[in-house]
Amino acid sequence: MAHRWGMTVDLDRCTGCGACVTACHAENNIAVVGDAQAAKSRAMHWIRVERYWEGDFPDVRLKFRPVMCQQCDAAPCEPVCPTYASHHTEEGLNAQVYNRCIGTRYCANACPYNVRFFDFYNPQWPKPLHLQLNPDVSVREVGVMEKCTFCVQRISAAEIDAKAEKRELKDGEITPACVQSCSAKALVFGDLNDPESEVSRLSRSTRGAKLLEELGTLPKVTYLARQTQV
Amino acid sequence: MKEATAKRIADDLLRPLLNTSWRFFLLVAILGAIVLTGASAWMYQVWNGFGESGKRWPVFWGFYITNFVFWIGISHAGTLISAILRLVNAGWRRPVTRCAEVITAFALMIGAMFPIIHLGRPWLFFWLMPYPNQRRIWPNFRSPLVWDFFAISTYLTGSVLFLVLPMIPDFALVRDKTTGVRRKFYGTLALGWQGTTKQWHRLESAMQIMAIAIIPVAVSVHTIVSFDFSMAPVPGWHSTIFGPYFVAGAIFSGIAALIIAMAGLRKFLHLEDYLHPVHFANLGKLLLMMSLLWTYFVFAERLTTWYGNGTSEMNVFWVTQTGSYSPLYWTMVICNFVIPFPILSLRRTRTVTGCVIASCSVVVGMWLERFLIVVPTLGHKYLPYSWGPYQPSKVEIMIMISTFAAMGLLYTLFAKFVPIISIWELKVGEHPFPIEAAAQVKEHAILRTNP
Repeated sequence: MAHRWGMTVDLDRCTGCGACVTACHAENNIAVVGDAQAAKSRAMHWIRVERYWEGDFPDVRLKFRPVMCQQCDAAPCEPVCPTYASHHTEEGLNAQVYNRCIGTRYCANACPYNVRFFDFYNPQWPKPLHLQLNPDVSVREVGVMEKCTFCVQRISAAEIDAKAEKRELKDGEITPACVQSCSAKALVFGDLNDPESEVSRLSRSTRGAKLLEELGTLPKVTYLARQTQV
Repeated sequence: MKEATAKRIADDLLRPLLNTSWRFFLLVAILGAIVLTGASAWMYQVWNGFGESGKRWPVFWGFYITNFVFWIGISHAGTLISAILRLVNAGWRRPVTRCAEVITAFALMIGAMFPIIHLGRPWLFFWLMPYPNQRRIWPNFRSPLVWDFFAISTYLTGSVLFLVLPMIPDFALVRDKTTGVRRKFYGTLALGWQGTTKQWHRLESAMQIMAIAIIPVAVSVHTIVSFDFSMAPVPGWHSTIFGPYFVAGAIFSGIAALIIAMAGLRKFLHLEDYLHPVHFANLGKLLLMMSLLWTYFVFAERLTTWYGNGTSEMNVFWVTQTGSYSPLYWTMVICNFVIPFPILSLRRTRTVTGCVIASCSVVVGMWLERFLIVVPTLGHKYLPYSWGPYQPSKVEIMIMISTFAAMGLLYTLFAKFVPIISIWELKVGEHPFPIEAAAQVKEHAILRTNP
């Protein structure tokens, strides 16, 4: 049976430390645009930790919500792309083929979660930072869109290993960089088609909800939080 | 009006082609310089990276798409109006049709450049076209941007045909009146026109077919442009009203552009004997009607949004109504309704000057309308964490200014090389053409037999 990759994010566990953001940058060769460009809100964080304040001072609560590509089953970014740069893989991922992208940025407008990012300039890694580039991930040039891939390079590597060893993938064998670096274990990744996997079990939890579920995008990321009666 | 004989018509309207003053060269030089500045601004952006534009996360579309929609909208004056006036056989259309159709052709060319200018990798723009290629992949026919490509190229082809067909007899006239290089040039363009009955008959049939065919194409083009927005599940865009709303706005801004162009031609080419106040008054009435229609669409769109009271829709609603975009929003309402409505309603102010003032106001207002559709929505999508502002960069502003100059330049050059008013159609108006007269007689006969 084909895999169907998904993730759960436990908001009650998230401490907002930002390790996932850093790990994602390192793993996926995401360019660091510098302070001037970041001030123009051109920073590219494939995963971001949204901060929301609840209540009035001094009775405030701080809430964190890590948001990455929701890998929607009915993704609004896919039909609008004129060149199939944004397309659905057989394993249900929203892939972005950088070489096909001509930079209409239509996908980013259609995405309700604003998790797509644009390379406004050619990326630069001042020496010796170029030595830390991940050889398994392509570096994007100016004018293309990029976004969270669920660390597809790690998924492929694990699948190839399993195939070579003629065995099934084990649950928890694949960990995207954000999941690996999450010290609070708020993030869980796995195969939603395997009913016994941890991510499937958590996705079925009554604590679970999808982000902007009412839009009908069928996200594969589930947010877990204590449900309160309002 | 002075007696307009066939000879006088020909002399008056050929004068701009045959005599060139220093003013023409000065105008071309100034407009050309502005266009070149715009072109170099674009090259600067391509060379340094798309970051030279003002786009940012999350407002990924800005001035370029605004100008795209605006110019495609302007293109709806010409061909559509001219086709409708031809079909209803409105006699007063004769001096108006050609200068209207030219607007369509040039505005489309300018508008169609913007989707390319706005690409992150503009050197790969041809990947939008379906052609056999080594990548072995077709364009995504589900994408409204690919629909745009087909719609605009069809409309451009159709309106250029519609423009060129009735120019053929005029080219022949110029050919017969000139010598040397000019004779050769216009002789080629005239495609061997001799003015035989058969040729006239074919021309008339072709014009009829094109006039009927171009109307649904024109309506569909701006509907498809509106689909760029309404197909995306984004608050403020995802609305069924967008198709007709865009078409109405397009015709609205198009008529305004036509009135401005006609006033310019009338003044600079001394065509007071041909473009009468009655032409401006008639187009002014049409502009008034479109202003009312546009206001009705805005009202209907705003009211349904407000009544529906969807959380995300209301964010976009209030940011335009009372928030940071409200100065632009209310300027738009003033420019598109408050100013033109009284000017065009009263017969006393529906003069040439009055119509031009109203038209200038409408052009500004409609540009703002396009901007307010694109930008506030993108800056205020669902998650408040990802809201953001937008500010155009110098490059974007320069490119925008240069497109207005490009329109002026193309129009000036066209008026220099082609009679801007259709000479033969004017003559037909003075002395009804045999075929047309015969057709009218036949029509009367049919009416008489089938009361």
